[in-house]
Amino acid sequence: MLDLKQLKRLLKQDHTNLPSVKVALVGDTATQLLATAVRGAAVDMGFNIDLYEADYNQIEQQFLDPSSDLHHSDAQWIVLFQATHQLAALHAAMFPADRNMLAQQRLDFVESIVTDVAWAGRRILCLNYPEIDDTVYGNYANQVESSLLWQTRMLNVGLMQLAARYDNLSIVDIAAVQAQVGRNQMFAPSVYVSTEMVLSIDALPLVAYRIVETIAAQRGTFHKCLILDLDNTLWGGVIGDDGIEGIQLGHGLGIGRAFTDLQLWAKKLQQRGIILCIVSKNDEAVAKQPFLNHPDMVLRLDDIAVFIANWQTKVDNIRAIQQVLNIGFDSMVFLDDNPFERAIVREHIPGITVPELPEDPAEYLEYLYSLNLFETASASEVDNKRTRQYQQEAQRMKLKSTFANEHEFLESLGMQATVEPFNTFNTPRVAQLTQRSNQFNLRTVRYSEDDIKQLAQAPEVIDMAFSLKDRFGDHGLIAVVVMRPLDAESLLVDTWLMSCRVLKRGMECFTLNQMVEAARSRGYKRIVGEYLPTPKNGMVANHYPELGFQPLEADTAHWVLTLDNYSNKPCSISLA
Amino acid sequence: MTDIFQDILDVDDLEVTDSLKADDVDEWDSLSHIQLIVAIEKHWKIKFNAREIMTWQNVGQMVDTIVQRIG
Repeated sequence: MLDLKQLKRLLKQDHTNLPSVKVALVGDTATQLLATAVRGAAVDMGFNIDLYEADYNQIEQQFLDPSSDLHHSDAQWIVLFQATHQLAALHAAMFPADRNMLAQQRLDFVESIVTDVAWAGRRILCLNYPEIDDTVYGNYANQVESSLLWQTRMLNVGLMQLAARYDNLSIVDIAAVQAQVGRNQMFAPSVYVSTEMVLSIDALPLVAYRIVETIAAQRGTFHKCLILDLDNTLWGGVIGDDGIEGIQLGHGLGIGRAFTDLQLWAKKLQQRGIILCIVSKNDEAVAKQPFLNHPDMVLRLDDIAVFIANWQTKVDNIRAIQQVLNIGFDSMVFLDDNPFERAIVREHIPGITVPELPEDPAEYLEYLYSLNLFETASASEVDNKRTRQYQQEAQRMKLKSTFANEHEFLESLGMQATVEPFNTFNTPRVAQLTQRSNQFNLRTVRYSEDDIKQLAQAPEVIDMAFSLKDRFGDHGLIAVVVMRPLDAESLLVDTWLMSCRVLKRGMECFTLNQMVEAARSRGYKRIVGEYLPTPKNGMVANHYPELGFQPLEADTAHWVLTLDNYSNKPCSISLA
Repeated sequence: MTDIFQDILDVDDLEVTDSLKADDVDEWDSLSHIQLIVAIEKHWKIKFNAREIMTWQNVGQMVDTIVQRIG
């Protein structure tokens, strides 16, 4: 993480080549330096923020007055920063008997914004309230509903509940930032008194990165995979030298507690869908021993999607993992205690995140917490099935090597697919796929769950969700198509995306067959496809011509398929 | 002192003298002032109080306070 000075320096460089998003920042205290830090942090994370900064202390007016600059701005994200200091001032100004309603009043205001159609299609990022304990009641504040502490905590819990209910609201948890770094780091009284800034100079980047990380995750940039070294990373000591009784793990030996805690954290990440992989310089049988036999191991072989222990370089092994998982290096985090290995991996694998772990393993976990490595924009039930799916993929790759040709291999898989419209059961996964898929994604339109619900209800829209299974297991929902009418005879493919797990299975052909059938049944004559290039979707640049679409005259981005003479593409997938 | 001022105010050829004051430099506004304060505090490992921050008239008075602090 860069400090404010470094962020300012970064902003002076030319970054016009980066993709740009529009963000508005509305606050009730001085936000100019926070605005600078937010723009700098975005550049550091690979995109530009075109920032509209409202004059401060006009929150209500900006949101409620339809002629305000905020209403006229086309910001996709609106960052709402209401300071605890202002909350405390409101609290003080109220009649004591009314103070128990403060939190609800603020929550009503936030709810009125997120439900107001004037803000439809925009995402509201609301910063929550770091606590100020005014000690007016001391500990007894915990028994007094009207105390500032009670109201602040109610407000923070209430914001969580609103965010869980409304898809267009997200919370930037700066109360958690304060819990981590402490109030003395977060807030500087002299700075506040002289500038009305409620964040210290050093806290500005901490808060700015939290904001930008949230936006980045909602744009589809986030970490999906954690690659772990073994010796002195997952346990203390060297398994090859110390043996299974000699490594430090759990309560028994040395600083084993530190490694157990790290494993508990990794396990929780795995349970929420982060893919765990092992890369270790070891003999495979030796490296696996603790996973099979050590009583204090938290992680078991079942938790690991890809396990590589050999004597090749970590760079080669991480590339091999990339082959199986088919995700970008920029969605991987690599943990290793050895500074030398870290440097080599960082140098040879562009985009991968390699935390500079502290020397003392006791510090690992707190340090990792401070990096907020696994920001996300969604979480769904299928997340925790992912490890199993990647293990199956590794088995498929083994099987594939035994077949002479691709076609025989595909036939041997016994693939079956289902097609269904968007419904309440698949909506979270569909939304998640539109947010996560970068590579096989023709137009990279991101949809929230609310958007998906609206698409499902629009009668003119053809919405299709595809699931695939084979003899090794269930891939789940892996492809999404949205088609909208252009005119009475033509449909535009608004969205066509597919999980990279099922590349090269003929799923594109199966999908197109289904799209054509749906289009024909509604009397359409043409399907028009469009490819919008991004830095990541080069793999589908020739998607439409390869499937037989013809170029539209004088237009390189659009392709058309005439349905009259279309005959179904052969593929090894049957409709379940 | 000169380095800190040039760095924070982002004016490479700024000449920092005792008589220099905020009005003399366009870039020296209340926001860069507070960044100067924090940079100086970090550099000399001292803490100013809020009244001092608000009452200095020029660089010379800032330096006087710093000298007092580091004794």
